Amino acid sequence: MIKRAGFYALLAVVMLYCAGPLAWQLITSIKPSGEIAVLPPLVSTNPTAAHYLSVFHDYSFARYILNSLIVAGSTTILSLLVGSICSFGLAKLRVPFASLVLAFILSVSMFPPIATVSPLYIIIRTLGLRDTLAALVMTHTVFSLPLTVWVLTNFFRTVPDDIYHAARIDGCRPFQVYWKIMLPLSLPAVYTTAILVFIFSWNEFLFALTFTSSSARTVPVAIALFPGIHEMPWGEIAAASVIVTLPIILLVLFFQRKIVEGLTSGAVKG
Amino acid sequence: MKDREGGIRYVAPALIVLTLVTVYPVLYVFYLSLYRKLLIFNISKFISLDNYLFLIRDERFWNAFRNTVYFTGLSVALELLLGLGIAVLLNRSFRLKGASRAIVLIPWAIPTVVSARMWELMFNTDYGVVNYLLDVSINWLGSPSWAIHAAIFVDVWKTTPFVVILLTAGFQVIPRELYHAARIDGAGPWQVFRSVTLPLLLPVILVVLLFRTLDAFRVFDAVYVLTGGGPANSTETMSIYAYKVLFQTLQFGYGSALSLVVFFCTGCISIFYIRLMTGRRT
Repeated sequence: MIKRAGFYALLAVVMLYCAGPLAWQLITSIKPSGEIAVLPPLVSTNPTAAHYLSVFHDYSFARYILNSLIVAGSTTILSLLVGSICSFGLAKLRVPFASLVLAFILSVSMFPPIATVSPLYIIIRTLGLRDTLAALVMTHTVFSLPLTVWVLTNFFRTVPDDIYHAARIDGCRPFQVYWKIMLPLSLPAVYTTAILVFIFSWNEFLFALTFTSSSARTVPVAIALFPGIHEMPWGEIAAASVIVTLPIILLVLFFQRKIVEGLTSGAVKG
Repeated sequence: MKDREGGIRYVAPALIVLTLVTVYPVLYVFYLSLYRKLLIFNISKFISLDNYLFLIRDERFWNAFRNTVYFTGLSVALELLLGLGIAVLLNRSFRLKGASRAIVLIPWAIPTVVSARMWELMFNTDYGVVNYLLDVSINWLGSPSWAIHAAIFVDVWKTTPFVVILLTAGFQVIPRELYHAARIDGAGPWQVFRSVTLPLLLPVILVVLLFRTLDAFRVFDAVYVLTGGGPANSTETMSIYAYKVLFQTLQFGYGSALSLVVFFCTGCISIFYIRLMTGRRT
């Protein structure tokens, strides 16, 4: 009995540790400005939506959210397209040095972004792509490819080769086998990858900070560079944080199983 | 399989874009690092290895190097211990298990920038909730000895869920019979953990260590947003120093040399862990 109580007490501490900071941000976001810099009370008695309105009126957050959605959405689609075609080749077709190719693609995930940011900046500037969403889509797509290729190649390999051969005998060209049979069969893995890539791109900061200045700014950059003249606008920062975090949290709570599958793919057995 | 058809065309697009956006830039970084290059004044002069010679004598670089190693060592160790503890806790069967596992994922899902901003407010000296709850008035982010630990704490908070997920998956592949056998042989819970769970979990632990060490070593956003590298460069990691040289002072030559050092270090870390893993398997 005591043991059981101790377990639940420990569990409660862990839950508070994980969810507490976000809850605090939520509480801060509905405090009137005057109460944020005063403790106690912990919770305001007259909550307000002013910070949420201000984020959209005074800081053009709608624009940043739209930018982030476009970048993360395009990145997800492109990464899955290029990555799944590559995975299909690696898993079901004859590719010289296939394991070496896979090793090379995986090694890219170990590249520190800082080691590529200066030449990429020069290239992007030369191409006239500074402060465009295209520059971000391009870099995010490439840096998410290792994850996509890894998860999908592992999954495609579990699809029996007989299915591939049967489809070929029935007259499907290899690309049709990929498009009409492999992809539909692999939808669970595709969704998993899509969620992971979307979250990666939605949260990415270094490239977004470096390649954008105003019109292509994404949400993380906007939150990091929140303008404060004398005092930090903590209420607005909290409101903005809640706005960009809630969709991701919902995604995680809904697709918890899929995300865990994707993150652990290969890490446990391979 | 010999009856496979050629698939180079399928792999080519991914390989081409990867080469263009990652391999080519790394070669380009090396080229840049041999120049004195100031982006604003269009100065570009070949100076061979002078940037690297300067780097060896650059006290600020060594400071960033020490900070990065300290940050990496401490945060990875804490993440592993805490992650192991939480994974063991969640591995028991209890009501609300699914919900608890989802809640543990929350810090992982929060954008790093947002988590840094959240903790910045909570660590505030005058009205931060941390000081309020602890009933102290510590200047967490303003004093050099506290700031690096505050940054480590934020990183640990953010990334422990990842460790929990991988270790939990690792628990699942350990056969139940082994536990029963150990218990029949009279082993206590701690002995079971030490002689059954831990050895069988070791491959997963190595994967966790590889991922987490690499991520911690190249840390940028969490610390950059939380402290900006300050106070007095006490939290300036190598990535932050390289970024500042590149984009605040616009010295692309020296900044590239610095970022190449980060690349070299992460390469060494990867090789070290991968050797450890393949060495165990054979």
